[in-house]
Amino acid sequence: MNEMITIIFICIGVLFNIFGCIGLIRLPDVYNRLQAATKCVTLGCCSILTGVLFHFGISGAGIKAIVAIPILFFTATVAAHALIRGTYRFGTPPDKRTVKDDYKEAVK
Amino acid sequence: MKYIAVFILSMVFWLLLTFSLTVPNLITGSVASALCSAFFARHYFSGVYKFIQPARYFWFMVYLAVFIVECIKANLDVAYRVLHPSMPIKPGIVKLKTTLKSDFARTLLANSITMTPGTITVDIIDDYFYIHWIYVRSEDPEEYTRMITGAFEKYIKRFAE
Repeated sequence: MNEMITIIFICIGVLFNIFGCIGLIRLPDVYNRLQAATKCVTLGCCSILTGVLFHFGISGAGIKAIVAIPILFFTATVAAHALIRGTYRFGTPPDKRTVKDDYKEAVK
Repeated sequence: MKYIAVFILSMVFWLLLTFSLTVPNLITGSVASALCSAFFARHYFSGVYKFIQPARYFWFMVYLAVFIVECIKANLDVAYRVLHPSMPIKPGIVKLKTTLKSDFARTLLANSITMTPGTITVDIIDDYFYIHWIYVRSEDPEEYTRMITGAFEKYIKRFAE
């Protein structure tokens, strides 16, 4: 039973990581690529870690996996924020399809 | 008070990571936690009394459940946009006002926004969040504020303010 749950969680995780990578290639500019990179890759990794928890049960490795999940959440989101802000301040123009830009006045 | 809170938190963290209750491990952990709290505690936790209010833990659980559901929705949403042949995106950076006051609550809200469908927090200036949105569904400030923060703000206010 545990094997089954482990496999399901790890498969979901790998699938979402693949979606994230496809997004990195297909989306047009940095800002949209970061969307795919943060969301899909974070949930993918969390899902794999949950799979690890089910595989090892409540033991050293399993608890380490569950502790890693909140750390991953905080670091991934903060890194995404730092990257996207740095990119904007550096002056990378957004894609042509961008319809609205309220941040432009705030930076000046 | 602050120092004790940081000490307990880092000790719990250490015990979870090492996952053994032998005496050398406990001694190492308490020395490391004491050093941590001595150096860093004054930068954290404006109100330690918040840790001993049980209602906050209840709202935290509610928030966690909402957050997990939103997070899975976010992933399906991004997966749909990425895999769709014509890529239905309409990106933009919108500005919205927050009613949260404390730094911790704002950080948490910004992180939650980053993990929810199609939005990333770009910056926080004064009371305003600047959000990059992959598909701008509405131009009206009231409406998009409700769409983006509506799910979280009331819960975060209850346990982190």
